[in-house]
Order: sequence, then C-alpha cells, then structure tokens
Amino acid sequence: MDTAAAMDTAAAMNADLRRERDAASFDRGLLTHLLDGSAERTRRRREIEALVLNDPDFKHEDLNFLSRSQRYEEAIRKSALLVMKLRKYGIADPDEIFWFKSSVHRGRPEPLDLHLGMFLPTLLTQATPEQQDRFFMPAWNLEIVGTYAQTEMGHGTHLRGLETTATYDPATQEFILHSPTVTSIKWWPGGLGKTSNHAIVLAQLYTQGQCKGLHAFIVPIRQLGTHEPLPGITVGDIGPKFGYDEMDNGYLKMDNFRIPRENMLMKYAKVEPDGTYVKPLSDKLTYGTMVFIRSIIVGDSARSLARACTIAIRYSLVRHQSELKPGEPEPQILDYQTQQYKLFPLLATSYAFHFVGVYMKNTYHRITGDINQGDLSELPELHALTAGLKAFTSWTANAGIEECRMSCGGHGYSRCSGLPDIYVTFTPSCTYEGENTVMMLQTARFLVKSYTQVRSGQLVSGTVSYLNDLSEQLIQPQQVAARPTAVHINDPASLVEGYKLRASRLVEAAAKNLQTELNRRKSQEDAWNRTSVDLVRASEAHCHYVVVKLFVAQLSGIQDPAVHAVMNNLCLLYALYGISKHAGDFLQMGILTDAQVTQVYQHVKELLAAVRPDAIALVDAFDFHDDHLGSVLGRYDGNIYENMFEWAKKSPLNKTEVHESFHKHLKPLQAKL
Amino acid sequence: MAQTRMHGYFRSSSSRDVNPDLEAERKTASFSVERLTTILDGGAENTKTRRAVDAIIHSDPVFNRENQYFQTQNERYEAAVKRAVHVQEKIHQMGWSENGPEIQYFNRALAGELAFPIHLVFKNSILALGTDEQIAKWIPLADQYRIIGTYAQTELGHGTFLRGLETTATFHVSTQEFTLNTPKISAMKWWPGGLGRTASHAVIFAQLYVKEKCYGIHPFLVQIRSLRDHSPAPGVIVGDIGPKMSFEHIDNGYLMLQNINIPRENMLSRYSQVLPDGTYVKQGSDKMNYFTMIMTRVDILSREVLPNLLRACTIAIRYSVVRRQSELKPGDPEAKILDYQTQQQKLLPPLATGYAIHFLSVYLDEFCSKGHTAIKQGNFDLLPELHALTSGLKAIITEDCAAGAEVCRRACGGHGYSALSGLPFLYTKLAASCTYEGENTVLLLQTARFLVKCFGAVLSGQPVPASVVYLSAVDSGKCQAWTKMDFLKPDIYAEAYRHRATRLLRNAASKLQALVQSGAEEYEAWNRCTVQLVQAAKAHCQYIIVKNFIDAVEQLRNEAEIQKIMKHLCDLFALHGIFSNTGDFLHDGYISGDQMDMATASYLHLLAVIRNDAVPLVDAFDFSDESLNSALGSYDGHVYQRLYEWAQKSPTNQQVNRAYEKYLKPLFQNALSKL
Repeated sequence: MDTAAAMDTAAAMNADLRRERDAASFDRGLLTHLLDGSAERTRRRREIEALVLNDPDFKHEDLNFLSRSQRYEEAIRKSALLVMKLRKYGIADPDEIFWFKSSVHRGRPEPLDLHLGMFLPTLLTQATPEQQDRFFMPAWNLEIVGTYAQTEMGHGTHLRGLETTATYDPATQEFILHSPTVTSIKWWPGGLGKTSNHAIVLAQLYTQGQCKGLHAFIVPIRQLGTHEPLPGITVGDIGPKFGYDEMDNGYLKMDNFRIPRENMLMKYAKVEPDGTYVKPLSDKLTYGTMVFIRSIIVGDSARSLARACTIAIRYSLVRHQSELKPGEPEPQILDYQTQQYKLFPLLATSYAFHFVGVYMKNTYHRITGDINQGDLSELPELHALTAGLKAFTSWTANAGIEECRMSCGGHGYSRCSGLPDIYVTFTPSCTYEGENTVMMLQTARFLVKSYTQVRSGQLVSGTVSYLNDLSEQLIQPQQVAARPTAVHINDPASLVEGYKLRASRLVEAAAKNLQTELNRRKSQEDAWNRTSVDLVRASEAHCHYVVVKLFVAQLSGIQDPAVHAVMNNLCLLYALYGISKHAGDFLQMGILTDAQVTQVYQHVKELLAAVRPDAIALVDAFDFHDDHLGSVLGRYDGNIYENMFEWAKKSPLNKTEVHESFHKHLKPLQAKL
Repeated sequence: MAQTRMHGYFRSSSSRDVNPDLEAERKTASFSVERLTTILDGGAENTKTRRAVDAIIHSDPVFNRENQYFQTQNERYEAAVKRAVHVQEKIHQMGWSENGPEIQYFNRALAGELAFPIHLVFKNSILALGTDEQIAKWIPLADQYRIIGTYAQTELGHGTFLRGLETTATFHVSTQEFTLNTPKISAMKWWPGGLGRTASHAVIFAQLYVKEKCYGIHPFLVQIRSLRDHSPAPGVIVGDIGPKMSFEHIDNGYLMLQNINIPRENMLSRYSQVLPDGTYVKQGSDKMNYFTMIMTRVDILSREVLPNLLRACTIAIRYSVVRRQSELKPGDPEAKILDYQTQQQKLLPPLATGYAIHFLSVYLDEFCSKGHTAIKQGNFDLLPELHALTSGLKAIITEDCAAGAEVCRRACGGHGYSALSGLPFLYTKLAASCTYEGENTVLLLQTARFLVKCFGAVLSGQPVPASVVYLSAVDSGKCQAWTKMDFLKPDIYAEAYRHRATRLLRNAASKLQALVQSGAEEYEAWNRCTVQLVQAAKAHCQYIIVKNFIDAVEQLRNEAEIQKIMKHLCDLFALHGIFSNTGDFLHDGYISGDQMDMATASYLHLLAVIRNDAVPLVDAFDFSDESLNSALGSYDGHVYQRLYEWAQKSPTNQQVNRAYEKYLKPLFQNALSKL
C-alpha cells in the first residue's frame, strides 16, 4: 500500500494540503515508480521500509534532544540490530540493504559505515585469498570491526603527502607502523575513535631502504575482549563537529607498532619475506571504486535536496503570511513569486540530480563488467567526468538545502524543521572523497587534454565529443560569432545544444588562457595555477551540460502524458533557470541574444506559475516517510503548529519548570546590585 | 610590532613561537597593521579601551569559553547566564556606564555568548513606548535586575506580518484591567530570546480590543513568572522552544496566556492609551519608535553580524598559510594552500566584503546620527530613506556575511567541519541573521517599493532623496574601458554598477506599469514583478556599497600605504561583483564581451596582489585568540598541536564508552574463541 495514502486515512489532514493534493494534474504514484525504476521496485522498497518502521526495536527518542554520546550510543545500538535483522530477513541485494539502512538511520551516518562501506569491500578487492580467509569472515560477523584510515591531520587531498610510515623489518618479518609527526596522526576516519578494533591504514612503505609509496595495511588497534587500545596505539574521538554527532570520527597515533608481514594487503603489490618489493600491474583498477563512491554521493545530493524541498514546499503551503490583496485572508506563502523562485528551481534540480545518480550507478555497473573483461579504455573519461559531477551536484545541493531552510524563515532555524540536520549531514560531501575544487580541476585536466587532442587533429569520444566540432570551427573561427542564433528556448533538445556550445567555448577559452600563461612562463604548474579559476568554470559548464542532457534524455521514456507534461516543465525550468543564472556566458559567447535572454527570464517566471499547482504532488512523489524526513514542518498531514508545541515541550531546558540557573545565578545577582 | 602590543597575558599565543609560515607572511606586510587597526577602531583611544576590556575578560576564568563546543544545550545556557551575571558585576565593579564603549567590547571579546541580550531590548522598548511614569516605575527595576524582561512580538504563526498577530488584550471598564489571551496554538508567542527560562516580565504585543472594537497591535507589560521563586504565573504556560541550529546559549521561548489580567497602567502608553472609561486616545507620532528600530538594525549589523564574518576570514586565511597541500612544482615542498588561485578566489572576496561592510557601517552610523539630530528637532524627512536604505542593506549584508563565512568554513576542508575550527559556530550564528529582524526577501521588497516610488518621482521631475539621485543621471550607454587597467578605475566600475542598478529598476518599474495598464490589479502586478524587483533592490544596494567603499578609500589620502591596499580591496570587491553577475552587465551591451574579459583579467590579477597582504589584513581586525575560539585561527598558527590537544579534552574521550559494554562487546565476544 502507498505509504502516503496510508497516512491520508490517519489523522485529519490540513485542509490546504488536502485541497492541493486533490488538484494535482497527474498521478503521483506513476512518478514514484519512475523514480524507483518500476512499480515493482516501489512496492519492494516500501515493503522493506515497513519492516523497519513497524519494528519497535528501532524506535527511539528524538535525536535532537540527546547529547552527542547518547546519539553515538543510539546509533551503535541500531547498527548492531541492523546487521542482525538483515541476516534474519535474508536481505542481501545492495539496493535493498540500502533501503533498509536508510530507514534505520534516516540519512544519517553511523559508526559502522566505514566498516561496511570501506573495510569489507577493501578486503574483497585488495586482500589475497589467504588474507580473506583470515579476516573476511570475522569481519563479516562483526568480530572484527574495521575502518579505513587514510587522511591525516596535515594531509587530505594530496595522498602522496601522507607521512605515516610502514617500515619492513626482514629480521622479524614485520612492518613497523609509525606516526612520525603531529601532522601524520590519522584524523577523521569514521568509526575510528571508539568503535573499531582494526583499521586498514594507508602508509608509505619502506623496504630495503627505499620508499615504495602508499600501501594498505591491516592494523589491530584495540584489544579484543577489553576493547582497550593496544600498547603503542593512541586512539580517540576528534571531538564535536558541525554535524555527524552519531559518528566517532577518530584519531590514531602509532608508535613503532609492529604487525606481521601478512597484514599488508597484497593482492596487487607485495613485499616478499626478504623485503623484495613486487609492483602492482595497473593503478587504474582503483578507479572503479571511486566511480562507485561518487555515484553514491550524487545520489545523496539528489536525495538530500529532495528531502529539503519536500519540507520547505509542504510548509510553504501550510504557512499563511501577509496580504497579497488588501482585505483578503493571508495567502499561502508559496503563492508569492519570490518563494516559488527560491524553491521550484531546486525542486527541478532534485529531479535532475536523481537522473544523474541513476546514470552514474548504471555506468558503474556497466564498466565493472568491462573491467572484469580487461577493458579499461573508458575508465579515464569516467573517472574525470564523475569527479566533476560529484563536485557539481554536491555544491548545488549544498547551497540548495540552505536556501530551502531559509525559505522557511525563523522556523527553519529550529531543529524541529529537520533542515539544519539535513544541511550539516550533507555539507561534508563537498570536502570528503575529494575536495570539490580539486575534483573540478581533475575534470578540467581531462577536458584540456581532450581539447589538445582535437587541436592536433584527433577525434575524441564520449561526453566530450562536442569538442570535435571545434576542429571545424578552427577553419573559420569568425563563424562562431556570426552564426545565426539557433537555440529555441522552448525546446529542451535545443537547450542541450546551447549548454553544449557554452561548455565548448569555456573549455576553449580556458585552454587558450592556459597556453598564453605557458608562453609567458616556463613552469607548467604555475601556468595551470594561474588559469585554475577559468578551468573550474569550464568544468562546471561541462558538468552542467551533462546534467541538462541527462534530464532531457529522460523525457522521451515517460509514457504517461500527464507525467510527461509536468516533467517537461521541470526540465525546461531546470535548463532555463541555469541559463538565467549564467546569462553572461550565453550572451558573451553569442549563444543567445539580449532579447532571448529577456525571454528566458520571462519564461522562467511562467514556468513557476505552471509548476505551482503540482508542487505538492511533485514532492509527495519522492515518497519520503515522515520518520525519514524527521521534520515537524514537513509532516505529510501538515499539522505543523500543534506538533511544534508538542516537540518543544520535550526540550532539555524544559525538564524543570524553573531552571536551576535561576537559583544559582540570577537570584544572587539581584542581591549584589 | 604585532607581538609587543599584545600585553602578554591575554593572548595565549604570545608565550609560544609563531609558526614560521605565518611569521613570514607578517614580515612582508605593505602597511602598518597597528595603524590599520586604529583606523578600524575609529581612533587609537578606542583601540586602547578595547584591548583593556579584552585583557580584563580573558584574565577571568568565568569568561573562558574553551569548553563551549563540548557543552550540551543546558550547559551552554547555564554558562551564558553565569557570564551575563558576571558581566553585570564587572560593570558595577569597574564603574562603567551602561552605554559606554566598554559594553560593546565585552560583547566582542565574548563573541556574543551572553544570556539575556533581549533584556536590553525590553528596556529600550519601555523607554521608547512607555510614558514618563511607566519609565520611572519600570526602568530602575530593570536596571537592577529585579526584573528580567523580554520582547514578545513574533508568534508561532506570524513573524513578518505584524498586523496578523493573534494574541488579544481586551479592556474591561468594570475592573480597569486588560485580559490577555492566546486564542489558539498559532497565536502562541514563539522565538523571543530569554522568554523560555529567564524572563520574569515581557513586553507583549497584542491586538487591543475595547468594547468589541479592535484597535490593532499595542504593547503590554506582563509579568510571566513569580519574583519569589520564578515559577510561571497562574494562567501562563512558558518554556523553551527546543534545540536550534545554534544560539543554544539563548532560551528562545514560547508563551501561552490564559486570561491573564493586568492593570490598565501596564499598557505602554506613550503613543496611545485607553482611558478609564474605555476611550481610546492616540497621541503624538510613533515615528520616533520607528527610528529606534532602524537604529537597532544598524547596531546589529555592525556589532553582531560583521564581526563574525571578520572572524571567519581571520581563521580561514591564517589556516590557509599554515596548511600545505599538494605540489605546485614537482619536487618542491607542498605549497601553502593560499597560493592556489582557487583558494584566493574563495577567501579574498569575503575579506574585501568585510572591509566594504566595515566602511558602510561607519557611513550608516553617521547617517543615523544625522537622522537623530534632525528628528530631535522634529524633522522626520530622512526617515523613509533611512528605512529603505537599511532594509535592503540589512538583507544584502546578512546574506553576504553568512555566505562568506560558509565559504571560509568550506575552504578549510575537513577541518572546517570540526566544531573546534570555530567556523560552524560563526556560520550558524550568521545564518540566523538572515531571517531575524526582518526576513531578507521581505526587506528587499520594502526597498524596492521605495525605489519604484523614487523612480516615478525622477520621471516626473520631482526631487528625490540623496541616495537615489543617481537614478536621474544620464550615461553614455557604453562602458568607457579600453584596457584591463581601466577596470581598476573607480569611476569606470562605479558607473557600471550605477548603470546596472538604474536599468534593472527601470525594467522592473516599466514591467509593473505595463501589467497594471493591461488590466492586472496592482497587488497582482506587484507579485508578478517581485523576482525582478528583488534583483533591482539588490543592484541598488550593491551600488551604494561600492560607491561608499570608493569614498572611504578616498578619505584615506593621508595614509598612503593603507590607502593603497584598501584601494586594491575596493577594486576586488567591485570586480568580484561584476565577475559573479556578468549577465547583468552584458545584457544590454553596456559592457562588451571583450571588456568583460578585461575585467576578469584585472580581477584575477588582483587576487595575486592582495594575497601578499592577506594575513596582515586579517591581523588588523585584532581579534584575541579567545574571541576567535578556534584551533585553526590562532595568532601563533600552531594549528595541529592545538587541534590534537583540544580534541583529547572532548567528553567522548573522557567518559567511559558505554556503547562498548552494551552493544559492541556482545558483537566482539565471539572473536576471542576463534582467533
């Protein structure tokens, strides 16, 4: 049964929301199926979510009222339970595990994330069969709980700069793990502080007096049984953060700590007993994992923004404020054009990013097949493209969530809105798994390389194939400016062409600026640095093009005319809003005329009005359960105010009618003055 | 020298060596940091007073905020109450005046972490809205903290739109009392600071009813808690509204009133009163009260909002010269991250914004005192302009400061996410300012309404206030820059901003007019133009800020070195705005594509120039380490050591890990038998 429909029949629904829902122009269930992939998947997802939501074992107090230690403890309790229940129910499909886990932790991190998401997969991909025999089953059964310790206090992005050392001692056939400086202390790994008893540690390998670069080692850090840190190990929690309260991000300092030679992950590189180093075959193999993780972040960008939009749009339909027409009742705040302008482009963005996430996941599965057959040809492009898309979507979603929060006025600032929590949970994805600017520059490097290739007469393929068109333009460069403007602003396919032109022009401009700098200076790196703002712009334009293209491609597959109509509007809104925000690029490059840009501004506002009647159905279609939203403002039934009051009564400050600080501080003050 | 002026004991860093990477930055400053500090403070005397206050605060353990980030909501609140009480004792002890300069420096040193700041708003509202007798009765009690007050205006269902407030105050001739009521849940007072647990009294805004007639919103002084044991008065339901994004030291509260009777004398009656027989009398003009609200707004901008952006810049820029990452040149040591152009482009524009807003707040202070002088002589002519100006500027400034601080936070990578960086604290405080004291979009539309009116006046040849006179100027329609150096000429970019502001306003106004002429009702036409109107109001405010920055730089003509660096910052601020809004400037061809390339080239070049003075430019703000409360931003730059030592003090490392015993051990115990 439709979870939303089930809630319809429960408590009385706010009259505004009921009216809005009745007036939707399309069947929101069909859109939910589209988002899930099929009606059957929607059914299965709801079935799995119900397993968690109806399970009293997973019930707990509102996390907003708990201290950090309590939140950590609650998360650990649920994680332990989750592992047992998954096995009890026999849920093993990755998507189904994901649904189950999302329902348990509701989009929040948990202390076993790194164990499940990094420690186990790394064992599978990088351990030898013997190592898997030793470690995998105990880890699978949570006798070993591990984390993945890469970043150090002084080093994140630049892996080669990591300082932790692993020095091979052939006499004892051991590696000596050591943290030589304060900056080399492992810092940030999730689950490291309090939870894990093992860690996969990345360290510079030294053998036979030579540094062989970074390698991975399985390091026991806590005593099994007592959970006390082992001698030579200093481990702890890095303290409070912006969010991630339930996660014990940790530090780890190793003082000449010895582990057996067999604890180096040796599926690819090896150290022989005598200390001889054997090189791995290809370093491209790790690309696959990165593409996978980035596809998850893109999906998370879409989901987090969709949650924020759901809350803000429902609230904006229940909240009435001010007068539009003198003497009339106060209107719903979503009737204000400025409110629509804040929220609807973000709603469209949520949908756009959802399709990007699906595309990346499918691509990952496809290339995994290729890799298994030894075909690595597509990997460099995918690696480059997904870096940029990770940055592009997480930056946009990050800003969008805050925009949603602020559109809820003061109440968005209360934790009862759920919006601060979504923001602080999401925002680290702009810096982890590759800092976004660095990611954009990786994409730029690929774009410039492709451009150079085209200039030298070779064709390129894949998403950058538009650069091939530049080679034709090289013959008559003045044609670009003189070309009659061909972009039709009401035609999604034509808008894709517009974005494509913008990307190609910005890639070309950045590449030319880079060349100018190179001609002026000798150092390649210096020139690159002095062009990096341009290069990031080019990458952003490229990613924007890819997102628009993927969204537009989605439209043709939608059968239902009503759903097609509303998605077509959202797609146009996404593309045109993007143009309005980057109008300078389109004008400067002669892609659009002044008059067309004026039309774009106008058309965006018309689309806002067109989307308005379907706003509620478009967020309902995301099908987030109230428990998952965790927001009083975003409740499905719209009964906001009475529930804000109920929520506030539980505030820790309200435990006693008179707070003890009155007796301790305020009362004595009166006596002193 | 930066070091010698530190009075040793209150800057924790002075006992240590400075990180050489940070020291190197200070040695190459192109100007005297100390001199700039005194300019920012408004004179050497102020700098001296400020440092004296810093010294007093930071030498007193009660004011230590080292544990702040570890504290629960309850602990934060209690610590803030304790500090606020202690501040009162200090003020008493030192014999400082309530309105003296020391008070604002106290707040700065403690980054605003004090309880009951709304007590002051409560007092000011009595002073502004009360009769002389009411002032004489209540102010001494408030001064001595016999009563602690709050200002209860917003309700659960109403913030922006005051006329929509639902709390009622009904007058009964028979008892000579008002009865206050909260008729429904959405009418509960919600959000007032200090209301939840602290305040004994509140100025409450309610719809006044006399003999079944509604007279609109009026202020009433209501006791909500017992002065003996602080328990809520009968009929009063009061509490804390629960955890927020930040401001956990403040007990923002809710309040429900059930038939609360107060004497007739408790209606604050300077401007309107109810006579014993129920006759409603209006007297005088409440414009003075209006002016007080504007002054409060200006005060918040310069004392609460701006300093948090400056703190964020200080932290991020210092960290960015200590943090080294990746290689710029193969084989070289890892580069300071501030040497990356992309990092400069993140951090230097917010720094320039900080300076722009500093000079703007000086201007607004002057404008307000000019207004005050006029108003005292009964001349309210400046009020509409002042209102329109401060509304839009409040919106722009809070938005820019919040966004800038968040850029700073993210520019510190993972470590910016740690509470110990101090940056989450700064951002979340700034984020609140975007919705309190007037929601920003609503404020920009107020400015837009004023601008549309002025634009009409310009068209019909009538005089307009000084800040909008520019609307009547005629320009050539084309930017007059021929080389990229031309974009470093204030006349060139000021003119571009002026042109853009005028054009966007003209477009919005004519669209509005066209809609009305085509038969749309006025309110409907207005709503359909609001996106454009907001853009026009922003463009106006940005022009004002650029223009004011240019004027301020000009006035530094006796400070050659400082003028030079300020000029760079002014150029950067202006060009950053153009770079970020290219479409607005290109749209009607005012700036051509080639010119835009020149502007961009100048912009990027400035980043490299200002980079060299980045650290001295933040040092000049002269925040003590204690006020920054950041592991990343301390004066000595010993980032990693401090981060490590501080993290070890986290309660999560001090307490027994209960989760292990309860949940992990059962999971692990199989392992013993198998390994």
